Amino acid sequence: MSPKENNSATWLFEIKPKSSFFTLNLKEVWQYRDLLYLFVRRDIVTIYKQTILGPLWYLIQPLFTSVTFTIVFNNLAGISTGEVPPFLFNLASITIWNYFSSCLTGTSNTFANNAGIFGKVYFPRIIAPLTVVISNLVRFLIQLFIFFGFFAYFYSNGAQVAFNSWTVLLPFVIVIMGFLGLGLGMIISSMVTKYRDLNYLIGFGIQLLMYVSGVFYPMSLIESKVPEYAWIIRYNPVAYIIETSRYMLMSVGEIPLNGMLYTTIVTITIFIIGVLLFNRTEKSFIDTI
Amino acid sequence: MKDIILKVENISKQYRLGLVGTGTLKHDINRWWHKLLRKEDPYLMVGDSNDRSTKGESEYVWALKNINFEVERGEVVGIIGKNGAGKSTLLKLLSRVTAPTTGSIKFGGRVASLLEVGTGFNGEMTGKENIYLNGAILGMTKKEIASKLDEIIEFSGCERYIDTPVKRYSSGMYVRLAFAVAAFLEPEILIIDEVLAVGDAEFQKKAVGKIQDLSTNGGRTVLFVSHDLSAISTLTSRTLVLSNGEVIAFDETDKAIALYSSMQTKNKSFTQDSVFDKPTVTNVEIFTSEGGTVQRNKGPFTIQFEVMMPNSNTQNMALSFQVLNHLEVPVLYDYVFDYVTPVCRSKGKNLISFTYDNLLLYRGNYSLRIHLAETKNKIKFQEFDCCWFEVEMIGQKEPEWGWQKNVCQYIDKGNWKI
Repeated sequence: MSPKENNSATWLFEIKPKSSFFTLNLKEVWQYRDLLYLFVRRDIVTIYKQTILGPLWYLIQPLFTSVTFTIVFNNLAGISTGEVPPFLFNLASITIWNYFSSCLTGTSNTFANNAGIFGKVYFPRIIAPLTVVISNLVRFLIQLFIFFGFFAYFYSNGAQVAFNSWTVLLPFVIVIMGFLGLGLGMIISSMVTKYRDLNYLIGFGIQLLMYVSGVFYPMSLIESKVPEYAWIIRYNPVAYIIETSRYMLMSVGEIPLNGMLYTTIVTITIFIIGVLLFNRTEKSFIDTI
Repeated sequence: MKDIILKVENISKQYRLGLVGTGTLKHDINRWWHKLLRKEDPYLMVGDSNDRSTKGESEYVWALKNINFEVERGEVVGIIGKNGAGKSTLLKLLSRVTAPTTGSIKFGGRVASLLEVGTGFNGEMTGKENIYLNGAILGMTKKEIASKLDEIIEFSGCERYIDTPVKRYSSGMYVRLAFAVAAFLEPEILIIDEVLAVGDAEFQKKAVGKIQDLSTNGGRTVLFVSHDLSAISTLTSRTLVLSNGEVIAFDETDKAIALYSSMQTKNKSFTQDSVFDKPTVTNVEIFTSEGGTVQRNKGPFTIQFEVMMPNSNTQNMALSFQVLNHLEVPVLYDYVFDYVTPVCRSKGKNLISFTYDNLLLYRGNYSLRIHLAETKNKIKFQEFDCCWFEVEMIGQKEPEWGWQKNVCQYIDKGNWKI
C-alpha cells in the first residue's frame, strides 16, 4: 500500500518557517471577530471590578487632570486659551490625548502582557492590539460624552464655544489617531520582545511626547513664544490631531489642513511598518520573550 | 488509501542558550547581513543536539531535529519522552504557537490545543463568561458556544458555580471547566498536554471516556502528551517516542512503551554527590535474586541505601521507596520513619537496607522511586527514580493461556474462603 500523497490543495493550512513579508490575514481576523468582541468586553467589564466607584473612574481621571492642568498651566503659568474656558480646553485635549496614549502604551505591551496565552494557543495575534484600540475607543466615547456635558454647561453660560461644519469629520480624526497609536504600539511591541530597553523608553517617552503635542496649549502659542523650537511640534503628527480635534469640538484655533495631510501619510506609513514588524515577530516571539 | 490529516516534514527547531543580551544585537545584525547578501544563515549550520546533561560546544541547540511523521484521521496518538526530549516544543509547533526553524507542517483540519489549567481564564469573570471567552480563544464562534453551553456546563460539573468568578474556583474545577470547553470544540485535531493529572478520579475517568469517544465516534484526531504511561497505553493506538529532540520510534503503543522503558537508565545502582548542608541519598543499590538486573518472581530482593547527613542527631527523617512498573505506576511501597525506628541519626554516611524475602511481581520491567523527607517540618529533600531491574518467571511454569499483561498491580497474601 503506497501512502497517498495529498496534493497541496487539500491541506487546510501549512506552517513554514518564513512566510511572505506582508501578510495581514484579514479573513482570519474576521473569523475570530467573536474573540475580539469578547476580549473587548472582558477589558471593559473587568477593569474596575472590585472597586467601589466602578465605572466612575472613567470620569474622575480626566476631570481631575483637567482641574490640575487648569490650575497649573492656565492660572499659575498664565497660558491663554483665548475665548474658550481653560477647563473645557484642557478637558477636550486630555480626552483626546488619553485615547492616543492608552492605545500606544496598551499595544506596546501586547506580547509581554499576553505571553501566557500566546504561549499556549494560536489565534491571530493582531486581535490583541486591536482589542486595546477598541476597548480604549469605548472608554474614549464615554469620556467624550462627559466633555459634551461640560460643553453644554459652559455654552449655556455664554462661553464662546461652538461646533462647526468640520465637527462631522471628528470620527475620521479619531480613526487616524487610533491607527497611529496602533501602528506605533505594534512597532514597539515587536521590538520590545527582544530588546527590553524600549520598555523604559516608552515609560517616560510618552510623558515627554505629551509636552510637545500641544495638549495644554494651542499650537500657535509655541510658534509665537519659542519659534526656534517650533519645529518639534511641526513634525509631531499627534499635535496636529489634537489641534484639529479641538477646532472641531470648540471652534478654537484653526484647522491645519497641510498638517493633517502630513499626519495621514505618516499614520499610514507607520501602520504598514507596524503590521510588517508585528507579523515577523508573532511567529517566534515566544522563544525570546 | 490512508487519510492523512497531519503531516510533519523535516521540522527542526533551534534555540539559543544563555541570556538574551548585548550579544543578541550582534548576532541579529550578522544574520541580517548574511540575508542581505543572500547567504545562508550562519547560525543554522551550528548547534548541538539537545542533551541537557552534557556540556555542549555551541550556544545554539536543536530542541527538535528532522522530525517526520504522519497522523491519520481519527487516530489517537501518544507522545512520550523524558523531560527535555522536545515534547513541549513539538506541541508548540503543532499548535502554531511558534514557528519551526526549518521544515513544514501540513494540517488537513482545524487544530485546537487544550490549554493548561485555566490559561486564558480571567479570574474576575464568571464561569459562564469564561466558557465564552475560552471557547472563542480556541476558535469557536459565539453562536457555536451558545448552542453547546448547557452540555459544556453539565460535563464540567460546575453548574452551581457557573455564575461565580472563577478566581473562587478550586484548581480541580478550573481544569474541569477548561477541559469541558475544549471537549466540545469541533476541531479535527485536538492536542492535549497532560491536563488530566489535576482532576479527581471521577473526572479523569470522564475525560478519558470523552477522548475515546471523540476519536471513535467523532472521527477526531487526538495528540496526547503525557508522562502517565498508563493513560497513554489505555488511550492511544500509536505512540511517538522522542529523545534528545529526535524521533526514536513511532509505533504501536505497546511496542513504543516497551522501547521507552528499556531506554531508561539501565543502571542497577545510583550514585550522586551529597548536597552541601542537606541530607542526601548518595547511593542506592539493588541486590537481585539472580544477580545483575534480573530478579526472579518469589525470590529475595534487597535495596541498600546510603544517606549522607550534614549533622548528627537529626530527627524525624523519613526514607521511603516505591517500586514502579513499566508504566510508572507504583506497585509496591515501604518506608522507615525516624520516630518509629531511629534512622539517619549519625553525621556522615548512614547505611540502611531493606529486604523482601519473596518479592512477588509479574514479569516485566521495574524501577525504584526514592523519597527522602523530614516529617516534622514536612520538607522533601529528594524524589528520584533509579535502579532499573526486570522480573522473570525463572523456574516457574508458564500457564498455558500465557501471562496476561497489566492485569493487576499487586496481590497481597490472603486467604479466600469458599
